Amino acid sequence: MHMADALLSPAVGGAMWAGSLGTIIYCAKKLREKMDEKLIPLMGVLGAFIFAGQMINFTIPGTGSSGHIGGGMLLGILLGPYAAFLVISSVLIVQALFFADGGLLAIGANIWNLGIYPAFIGYPLIYRAMVKNNASKKAITIASVLSVVIGLQLGALSVVLETKLSGITELPFSTFLLMMQPIHLAIGLIEGFATAGIVVYVRSLRPDIVDNLNGLKSASSGVSLKKVLIIMAVLAVITGGAFSWFASTYPDGLEWSIEKIYGKPEIPEKENQMKDNLAKLQEKTAILPDYSLPAKDGKAGEESAPSWPAVDPGTSLSGIIGGLLVLVLVVIFGFIIKGMRKMRDRA
Amino acid sequence: MSFDLEYFNIGYLDTLSYKNTFVHRIDPRVKILVSFAFVIFVVSFPKYEISALFPFFLYPVFLLTAGNIPIKAIAKKVLFVSPFALFVGIFNPLIDTETLITPLGIAISGGWVSFLSILVKFVLTVSSALLLIAVTSFPGLCEALERMKLPKVFVIQLLFLYRYLFVLLEESLRMIRARDARSFGSRGKEIKTFIRLISVLLIRSIERAERIFRAMLARGFRGEIKVLKRHRLEYYDILFGVISITTFYLFRTFPVVNLLGETFNRMLQ
Repeated sequence: MHMADALLSPAVGGAMWAGSLGTIIYCAKKLREKMDEKLIPLMGVLGAFIFAGQMINFTIPGTGSSGHIGGGMLLGILLGPYAAFLVISSVLIVQALFFADGGLLAIGANIWNLGIYPAFIGYPLIYRAMVKNNASKKAITIASVLSVVIGLQLGALSVVLETKLSGITELPFSTFLLMMQPIHLAIGLIEGFATAGIVVYVRSLRPDIVDNLNGLKSASSGVSLKKVLIIMAVLAVITGGAFSWFASTYPDGLEWSIEKIYGKPEIPEKENQMKDNLAKLQEKTAILPDYSLPAKDGKAGEESAPSWPAVDPGTSLSGIIGGLLVLVLVVIFGFIIKGMRKMRDRA
Repeated sequence: MSFDLEYFNIGYLDTLSYKNTFVHRIDPRVKILVSFAFVIFVVSFPKYEISALFPFFLYPVFLLTAGNIPIKAIAKKVLFVSPFALFVGIFNPLIDTETLITPLGIAISGGWVSFLSILVKFVLTVSSALLLIAVTSFPGLCEALERMKLPKVFVIQLLFLYRYLFVLLEESLRMIRARDARSFGSRGKEIKTFIRLISVLLIRSIERAERIFRAMLARGFRGEIKVLKRHRLEYYDILFGVISITTFYLFRTFPVVNLLGETFNRMLQ
């Protein structure tokens, strides 16, 4: 579910970076207030553990395909919200650089989507509200699954909103949502049960690691209701703004979801639309041979008039020729630099 | 094992980053700044833009050649990684079927154009991120982050993460090997076994962190690590930054590609 640079606009990417960076600074400040020096190596090693743990895969029950854990909520349970948020951010930065997951601009969005929700909603508001000291296995399981699922649903929703706000994809909001949310419900359930299993098993071996709710994680109890409310308000403003934008741009999407609430079967029509589009595409490819010749004549006539400032960049023939030329020049440039370096090495 | 491959690639990128070339020596702060500017300029193009993006290949090609980075290492990763952008982009040709351009008489719909544009942007941004780490050592990057005023706690634990990444990855590889040696076919990968394996790995990691902390205390740790400052802003750092960003700006604002194509056309006539 990593967001990619290619799907973001500078405004959305920049806004997500600002939000994530602000949260990183806020978390670091919070940690400094009640600093336990033991926490620093623990945070680093647990970040490395997430990578190592992701190498161990397992068979997803009932499907036969294999998966691995994400680990955001597990970090929340082990470290408390502030430290967990910093570790999740670090994991995502390393992933962006070494695994090329997303890209530099998308790091901000990824930290937001995968870090904020487990650390500041899933853990303090759901998990900690349900799991007190000496909680039963059942309570831990329910709390883990619930918090992971809600965190991932919010994350998936954010991916959809960010992509739509960036205006790169043609997918209608509702279709996109329908593709993302159910898949992440399934992922969330698996991740939730895996997280619960790990927490329960680790607690049976080293109860101090999980149950130490007052020691290392003391900062976690300091999540004041006020702060959480402020964060929620900010989120509400962002989503509200996004929705009003959709309401104007994609009325069909919103109408569709409203209709769904009222129970009208609208899905077949949606499918028809998809089919129509496919049919249109087929039509287009089918008439292509008949279509191309007259178009060529017309094109040649248009091209003879030199009017580059008027043409849309990239739509004219010269745009294509120029593009190819540029690529050739770039390759030549590469060879020149390479040659220069070799000459220098020899000298 | 694809994960094995990925792991060794991390190590490979790490060794690449310790080369000593012009781009490796540039101050990491400047490289971070330029790479960010690059991504923002690339992403700022409208969705139907393809050819105007081509001049931007200059930057990754420059890092690749001047940094003496084998193109295979980067190309493999770019092809291998996250298909999310492609997954989302592939729907554009299905939905946006209005004909946008007809070069040489072939009608191409807006959807295909915007999909291609996503592909080009994807290759540019992903390769520039990989190349940033291929020409900058991770400790160098952390030093830059600290000097760019990111919180110290954050930078220190990031350094820790990187240091123990390789140790724990090897530990986990050993466990996977042991599991594979003891199980046949698809057995041994049940979620129950997985939970036990990963829990053991987790406990071992935490115990390792405790040992590390005690060792640090023994060496006089007081909650702060001094990060070695190897880099100083030199005139060529600033020169590199100014030239790169000005070039990006020129590529973004002037129709370089169209001008070139136009002059080429005229020359032919």
